[in-house]
Amino acid sequence: MPGRSLSARCPVSCVDLLRSTDSVQDYSLSVFTVCIVADVSISHVLLGVLSSGPAHGYDLKREHDIRFPGAKELPYGQVYAALQRLERDGLVEVAETVRDGGPERTVYALTESGRAELDTWLASPESAGPYPADELVRKAVTALRTGVDARSFLARQREVHLARLRELLAAQDATTDPAGRAAIDHAVFHLDADLRWLEAAEGRLNAPSSSNHQGDPS
Amino acid sequence: MTDQLISARAVRKAYGRTEALRGVSLDISAGEKLAITGPSGSGKSTLLLSLAGILRPEAGEISYDGRRLDDLSEAERTRLRRREFGVVLQFGQLVPELTAVENVALPLMLERHARASADRIARGWLERLDAGALADVVPGELSGGEAQRVALARALVTSPRVIFADEPTGALDTVAGEQVLVALYDAAKETGAAIVMVTHDNRVAARADREVRMLDGTIA
Ligand SMILES: Nc1ncnc2c1ncn2[C@@H]1O[C@H](COP(=O)(O)OP(=O)(O)O)[C@@H](O)[C@H]1O
Ligand SMILES: [Mg+2]
Repeated sequence: MPGRSLSARCPVSCVDLLRSTDSVQDYSLSVFTVCIVADVSISHVLLGVLSSGPAHGYDLKREHDIRFPGAKELPYGQVYAALQRLERDGLVEVAETVRDGGPERTVYALTESGRAELDTWLASPESAGPYPADELVRKAVTALRTGVDARSFLARQREVHLARLRELLAAQDATTDPAGRAAIDHAVFHLDADLRWLEAAEGRLNAPSSSNHQGDPS
Repeated sequence: MTDQLISARAVRKAYGRTEALRGVSLDISAGEKLAITGPSGSGKSTLLLSLAGILRPEAGEISYDGRRLDDLSEAERTRLRRREFGVVLQFGQLVPELTAVENVALPLMLERHARASADRIARGWLERLDAGALADVVPGELSGGEAQRVALARALVTSPRVIFADEPTGALDTVAGEQVLVALYDAAKETGAAIVMVTHDNRVAARADREVRMLDGTIA
């Protein structure tokens, strides 16, 4: 599906989106796109994991969470649903069913068309957005618009972001694998972009064009 | 008597009519890693240079290890800066005519170390910063990251108790900047030196123990 943005994680819970609409007619194209796209993208990540060898659902979930430490953990149900669809579409197949004392586990393997699908996906670059506004943007812009102590809001938000940045950098220092470090870089750079945006917002509050002139007479 | 290594009280500094510092108070403990952040022109560099005894504020007090900097004679201040403080700026400020090891040995030579021992200590620091192979190279032939390592070695060579750094990774790319920073933090951890660092890089700030944000000449 060329030109579609395949976001690595669903920005809005698809279930919540579906529940928030009253009837099927209310589903806009964009709602569908968000849901479908998010699933497609997770499927491709799963194909990517399977390209290094067969695995069962829980392994896939765990590997996803390790690979994307900045993202929300993948619910097992989503992995299971994605595997069902991938199997239906012939992109993965059941390699074996094992039972080592515990419950039965299905081990999946990449098929030839699964490999081809993965190659096609990786061969086309991601679209550059637009991405949906996240909670940070919603809250900060609301704080700036209402003007209620926007400066303290920005300062508190900076602390939270810096604390998270600190955690990510500590995790990165503890990682020797280059791909793992690169995955953390992605989360780090996004936090950094948010931090710089918060700084710019603070700067806008202090800019001469606003009522808070910097030549404060105190 | 104080448990603070550096203590600033109501420090003010102006350049002509520009008030760069408008009453800044700040305490820094031994071994602490402090990041000074804030928009450009907010007074970060002026604060750093004042704390390092390089600029003299017009008002307020700055104490180091319980002694007020403005009570010291010029000779005492110079000795303090050479022995207790290490300074690194955005561009390493290496002497272009000297090799890396000569640059690093310079502060020791100024303290009248014999050339052979200064050279040996300098090489040791270059090695600790993964720059041993650069010892005999002149600054013009070093990459930005390499030059900053040499500048760090020079700042560390006298085993200072405080390292003052103004945007030390500002001119480096992500990976080179991170390597220089980690090298600095590791070295400081070993020697117990405090680090006072001006930075506009949030990742650098996040690696510090504490952040002080400047805004219009005051701490925000
Ligand atoms: N040598 C100087 N002469 C005149 N004004 C200066 C000088 N150095 C700094 N300033 C002014 O003092 C203010 C603070 O500067 P500085 O401490 O360099 O800020 P920062 O490091 O946060 O960018 C700025 O308005 C700057 O223009
Ligand atoms: Mg500056």
